[in-house]
Amino acid sequence: MSRDLSRRTKLVLYGVLLVLAIPFVFPTWWMVTSSLKPVADIFAFPPQLLPVNPRLDAYRRVFELQPFGQQYLNSLYIALVVTIGTLAVSALAGYAFARIRFRGQNVLFLVVLAGLLIPSEVTIVPLFQMFFKLGLINTHWPLILVPIFGAPSVLATFIMRQFFISLPGELEEAARVDGLGRFATFWRIALPLSRPALGAVAIFTFLHSWNLYLEPIVFLSSPEKFTLPQTLTQFVDAYGGPMWDVQLAAASMTALPVLVVFVIAQKQFVEGLAHTGLKG
Amino acid sequence: MTRTDTRVGSVEARPTLGRARPFWTSRRRDQLTGYLLITPQLLGSAIFVILPLILVVWYSLHEWNVLAGTFDFAGADNYQALAEDPNLGAVLRATGLFSIGLVVFNLSLALLLAVLLNQKLRGTILFRTLFFSPVVVSLVAWTIVWGFLLQDNGGVNSLLDTMGVDGPNWLRGEGTAMLSVIVVQVFKNVGLNMVLFLAALQGVPANLYEAAEVDGASRMRQFGLITVPLISPTILLTSIITVVGSLQVFAQIAVLTQGGPGTSTTVLVYYLYQQAFQFHHFGYGATLSILLFVIVLALTVLQWQMRKRWVFHES
Repeated sequence: MSRDLSRRTKLVLYGVLLVLAIPFVFPTWWMVTSSLKPVADIFAFPPQLLPVNPRLDAYRRVFELQPFGQQYLNSLYIALVVTIGTLAVSALAGYAFARIRFRGQNVLFLVVLAGLLIPSEVTIVPLFQMFFKLGLINTHWPLILVPIFGAPSVLATFIMRQFFISLPGELEEAARVDGLGRFATFWRIALPLSRPALGAVAIFTFLHSWNLYLEPIVFLSSPEKFTLPQTLTQFVDAYGGPMWDVQLAAASMTALPVLVVFVIAQKQFVEGLAHTGLKG
Repeated sequence: MTRTDTRVGSVEARPTLGRARPFWTSRRRDQLTGYLLITPQLLGSAIFVILPLILVVWYSLHEWNVLAGTFDFAGADNYQALAEDPNLGAVLRATGLFSIGLVVFNLSLALLLAVLLNQKLRGTILFRTLFFSPVVVSLVAWTIVWGFLLQDNGGVNSLLDTMGVDGPNWLRGEGTAMLSVIVVQVFKNVGLNMVLFLAALQGVPANLYEAAEVDGASRMRQFGLITVPLISPTILLTSIITVVGSLQVFAQIAVLTQGGPGTSTTVLVYYLYQQAFQFHHFGYGATLSILLFVIVLALTVLQWQMRKRWVFHES
């Protein structure tokens, strides 16, 4: 429906878009600006769109109240390991299912694909028991192993397979005729061509791990093991009421780095996530 | 759908005349490589998806007291308890309300935003970035900010105040709590569906609209008769993703309402978490997991069936 529009229609459209953008932009704006205000100013009426007395006190207290640096590192290293592991597992399996013919291929693919119908919420009770028996409760292993091999990586394998199927076969055939073995063909020819798909898988895998909430609160119990989403809910006063300035400061530190990366690479994010169609 | 047409492996697979064929033919080596490459995924699925699914069925048939350390076969007791659970009605109602509300709000807003961004207008990329940005904001951070804004004396009510409206205590009222949770989730993720719709809209051939214009069809009729049928595969895809995603909602409930007030926002996954990990009823938690699994399965099958009925096919 891309037709040329009159000046008036354009103005109306801009107005509508601006109003619609408020609930998408304002929360993030409010989170960052409020984290810089003293508590009294956060609830000031009329609301201050910009902090009148900006200060970093809340940020200092985030680190006093929780081992926040450690928790930040936990989230970061878990998300990175999960991303690299998922890329490896899904690229290998996706390539094999797309390009190599072997007996039982279709049945095995369906077995793997069944994982898409089994969200981790369904299996959280037995997973807890399994990791409990292995003595891995209150360690990061469940948060690393389950995403690399469970439902999220099944989706990644599916995406990689679709991508490898869409690659023209001639290049690989030429390489094979030249005497390159199957694995070398995958490693040297197919994998470098699959960068867009790998990028998409990397983005959604990282975000998925970064956002995990149910699994950390089920598996982890000591603060120095916590991940960020779990930590954000820990900033409460003696009566259980949230310490808003501190909570918003911690939330800002969790959200802003990813947002900055997104703004820089928004094309890859939007297209990558749209193609994978994954919910965070 | 799972047919593979790659015949790469057959290139060298001709038998060599005059010599005995070695065991490790190119084809056999290829097969072995195939099995090796899928081994991590297959083993992982077996251990972390299939085995837990079998165990969850097994657990659901047992009475499991963690504190007393007993694990006794109980047959269908847990399922009978499920049928008689006085909370079940409220839990299913909350789950259904959340899913329906989310799908309706999410898909209509996503389609509206996509149509707006599909106009010939400068700066649509900027607005696309703005509408998409909550997708990359940490879920719990997003939820905490909204919890802050939706308090009785929070930002939303201050805004309503300036317009002379006395806003309710959003998260503490029976009806408004569910509405709030839905709206927070819609703004978080509607950008994904918006982008999918935008791609679909851009795939609709412009000459169809030109022809309709010549025939004197109004914009609304064009939208209903051309756009909607042509993007119906995307509508189906987004609705499946959104429904299945809506059944997994947990963090938003845990942070914003803890299932309350009363049980008005206790959706199935939150109830499952409470039963298994707060009250330590693992057997009953497993039974609730099965219920969740059956619902996800049934909805997915149903939606694929619907595809045959109403999705427009080009071929």
